[in-house]
Amino acid sequence: MGRVGLLGNPSLASHPYFKGKEINCLSGAELKGGLTDAAVLSAIRSGDEDGMAALYDRYAAVVYSVALRVLGDTGAAEDVLQEVFMQLWRNPGVFDSSRGSLGPWLAVIARHRAIDGLRKRRPETDIADVVVSVEPDMAGDAQRARAMEKVRGTLGSMPSAQRQALEMAYFEGLSHSEISAKTGEPLGTIKTRIRSGLLALRKAFAT
Amino acid sequence: MSVHEQFGEDLALYALGGLEGEERVALEKHLESCAGCRRELEQLRGDMALMALSAAGPTPPRRARQRLLEAVAREPKPGAAPARVGWRTFVPWVAAAALAVGLVVVWLQNSDLHRRIAGLQSQAAQQQVELQQAREVVSTLTASDAMRVTLVAAKTPPQPQGKAFYVRDRASLIFLASNLQVLPAQKVYELWLVPTSGAPIPAGTFKPDAHGSATVINPPLPGGVQAKAFAITVEPEGGSSAPTLPIVIFGVGE
Repeated sequence: MGRVGLLGNPSLASHPYFKGKEINCLSGAELKGGLTDAAVLSAIRSGDEDGMAALYDRYAAVVYSVALRVLGDTGAAEDVLQEVFMQLWRNPGVFDSSRGSLGPWLAVIARHRAIDGLRKRRPETDIADVVVSVEPDMAGDAQRARAMEKVRGTLGSMPSAQRQALEMAYFEGLSHSEISAKTGEPLGTIKTRIRSGLLALRKAFAT
Repeated sequence: MSVHEQFGEDLALYALGGLEGEERVALEKHLESCAGCRRELEQLRGDMALMALSAAGPTPPRRARQRLLEAVAREPKPGAAPARVGWRTFVPWVAAAALAVGLVVVWLQNSDLHRRIAGLQSQAAQQQVELQQAREVVSTLTASDAMRVTLVAAKTPPQPQGKAFYVRDRASLIFLASNLQVLPAQKVYELWLVPTSGAPIPAGTFKPDAHGSATVINPPLPGGVQAKAFAITVEPEGGSSAPTLPIVIFGVGE
């Protein structure tokens, strides 16, 4: 349980979250029609096909683009897209909204499924066990575009060997030993690069 | 709660699905008992979701939407009843056999139900006890005649203070304030949850009593938001969707 003590300190008015114009655009997963992710999921749970259409319109691009980057094939990426959304339709309970946000969760599941497809293996991850803790709001096009720029900027500023290790692990699904064999770098170095690469992304969104 | 540094790199590989063999077994065993490392795993998956955005750009072909919606229409709706079977095609001896099998199944289910009912009764009794304890806590916190005492270092002039208790997974928030100034009419205090990223989220409005004390119990909040801090501002009655400066009191999570 988080405990927070509050004390009078007007100088904290300069805190980044209260400064500037961001303050006026409250985040929150709202669809163009004004529905939240929770409302759309509730519609899907009650068998409302319009709920699926709304969900698709919001997150299909995220799911498809990561699958396409991994698989490099539009047909295979479309199959992953279909599979991920159908899983949610058949069993909406696999996503527990109290344990994370839907957009990031779909992105992680899509990547897992695409890697499974790439490596021609049976699904290794039980998607009901995947909990994703993430801050950026992926629901709106504008928020997503801003986050995308930030991610690309962070990756662009990494040393190329680190970015390469991270991309090989992420988009090619290679283990650290496979990356080490391909690049000739020591195992420990690869491990460190992958972790610090992910942490650099986190840090970029924490400021 | 912190991550165990010796597992830090393995956690990243595990999140990516690249940890194998003994290292994987050892980490999974550790995760069973370490909430700090489980939390770090969730964070790493969040980092992975960010990584996915680096691939953003391509959009699926238009036919993909139609294909999905057609597939959805073909699937049985969640919770829908199964299709009826044409029972007239069964010959009587099949029916008799089915009845016998059915009786056995019903008997087995009955035994199972008895066991489940006993389990549920025990669970319900436990929940009743927990509920009673929770009610007592909340009633003490919110009682109009409760004496609220703020302890500070001797000779410290009274200053506004607040204490927030927040459980992210349940989106549950309890906030207690003291020594707040009385506000003019048409003004209220508003509590804000400041997430680790993004704009502050309104977490309820309140007016303190004559002694400057106030309580906010479980305001409506979205689930799973990681809080970085909490803050109080003065807002017009009914509250605002974005905080009005200056901040009255502010606190960052421990």
